Amino acid sequence: MSDTANQDRPRRKDGIWGLLARFAGPGDLISAAREVREAGYTRWDTHTPFPVHGLEGAMGLSPSRVPVFVFLLGMGGAAAGMALQWWVSTQAYPLVISGKPFFSWPAFVPIMFECGVLGGALGALGGFFALARLPRPHHELFASESFERVTDDCFFLSIEAEDPRFDAAATAKLLEQVGALELEMIPTSEEGS
Amino acid sequence: MSARAEIPVAEITLPAGSRWPAIAFGIGAVGLIGSVILAMGDPERFYHSWLVSFAFVLSLALGGMFFVLLQYLTRAGWSVVVRRVAENMMGALPWLVPLFLPVALGLHDLYHWSHAEAVAHDELLAHKSPWLNATGFYLRAALYLGSWALLAIWFRRASVAQDESGDPAITGRLQTRAAPAMVWFGVSLTLASVDWLMSLEPHWYSTMFGVYYFSGCVVGSLALLLAILVRLQADGLLTRTVTDEHFHDLSKLLFGFTCFWGYIAFSQFMLMWYGAIPEETIWYAHRWTHGWREVSIALAVGHFGVPFFLLLPRAVKRGRASILAVSIWLLAMHWLDLYWLVMPGFRPEEGFAPHLLDLTCLLAAGGFLLGVIGVLSRRDRLAPVGDPRLAESLSFENV
Repeated sequence: MSDTANQDRPRRKDGIWGLLARFAGPGDLISAAREVREAGYTRWDTHTPFPVHGLEGAMGLSPSRVPVFVFLLGMGGAAAGMALQWWVSTQAYPLVISGKPFFSWPAFVPIMFECGVLGGALGALGGFFALARLPRPHHELFASESFERVTDDCFFLSIEAEDPRFDAAATAKLLEQVGALELEMIPTSEEGS
Repeated sequence: MSARAEIPVAEITLPAGSRWPAIAFGIGAVGLIGSVILAMGDPERFYHSWLVSFAFVLSLALGGMFFVLLQYLTRAGWSVVVRRVAENMMGALPWLVPLFLPVALGLHDLYHWSHAEAVAHDELLAHKSPWLNATGFYLRAALYLGSWALLAIWFRRASVAQDESGDPAITGRLQTRAAPAMVWFGVSLTLASVDWLMSLEPHWYSTMFGVYYFSGCVVGSLALLLAILVRLQADGLLTRTVTDEHFHDLSKLLFGFTCFWGYIAFSQFMLMWYGAIPEETIWYAHRWTHGWREVSIALAVGHFGVPFFLLLPRAVKRGRASILAVSIWLLAMHWLDLYWLVMPGFRPEEGFAPHLLDLTCLLAAGGFLLGVIGVLSRRDRLAPVGDPRLAESLSFENV
């Protein structure tokens, strides 16, 4: 694993994963995110205890691609549900039920609908996990003690060392300029995950 | 009051010189004159066409009332800036009472059960006569229409009074009363749809009929609400007060209730198709023969299939032109839905035969409704600026 990891992450050889900055509140974080984006950074993220309105816009995130997964799997689920019932009732085990044709599709619609909902829900779950690269049992940021407060009352911005513009001193200066209360250098994990 | 200060007065004031009411009433007058002239040739047809259009405009006003009650009932904050437009739609209810007159006058032409000699020779109708009789019909109509008019006046007046006073106690009072009002709304709307629409074919019954009419009400009224908002914004009104986020959320509701309509419509159909009992299926047989089959298919595709896919993308829900197009489409489909409820039982042997009266009645009732909404929009502010949740609504965002 370590060979490929090194190829993917050439800048991690210094043992630095990135920089973590703590901000006073959502307002400060939003303005800091705007500055960081304008400075041209691409591999960075924000961490908050609750959804902050306007943060995606400040970060310049493109709309989520999860809906594509939901749509495709929803439609696929519905099609599969109808196909299964068609196969069962016309090919595998045809039965005359209350004098209706073998393929009495109105009776199959509720199950088609449920299969569509199931597919859509699985698409939402699976699409989200895939796009967010979950599950991820370990993350470098977990090494930081102050980061534990991200689920309580603290607002963070992290910039990865992988970022082409990353420079330990210059990046730290930028973060201080945009209002970071506290800066922390995060080391790469020894486990290499 | 800081949130209130953010809104320029010009943005929430329909100019006194606005020609909206005049144009709408003008269209209504043309429709009315046309209807009267054509009604002389075929009064029976007129009553049926009128019933379609009456049920149509009534459903839009009732849907507005549902929206207003729902916002108070759920203590919604996001919807404050769009609530006044819904209140104006609801506010048309007292004015719509006279439009019931042709239905009352046409009782014997519309409703088979109103003929004593028919009831005498029909065991089912005799069995139903404790409910389906002319006296009860008129009394109940007075009760439904009167209670809706009073509720509409009361809720709208309180909300407008809050524009000046900003008294949060008004919101508290409306929230408390929204709960029993909503219960009565559900009961009265169900019974009214049974009386006026379902009893057109009095041997047939469906326990889902009230919900079916309700689902169409909500789809139609949300579509009208969105269309009015787009029009107001095109005239430079509510441009900063109502944002993409409000359009997005209203359109999501529209999408949800479009699905709900499809679900109810299909459920009603499937249970009867599956049971295959003649006294139930006859109603669908009327809608599957004599040219109605294509209308039924068009309704299923146009009222559910097309808007389902159109309303999926986020951009359609947030765009003004796109949501206006979908709204107008759904309003047309909602009218077709009511047409499909009323007309197939009328002279079934003639089949699907559109008549000029269908159009003139729609223009008369629709123009009148829009004119009343215009008058109410001009009379008071276009947003409830005294509402305690105004700030929440102004800064609303979809998560």
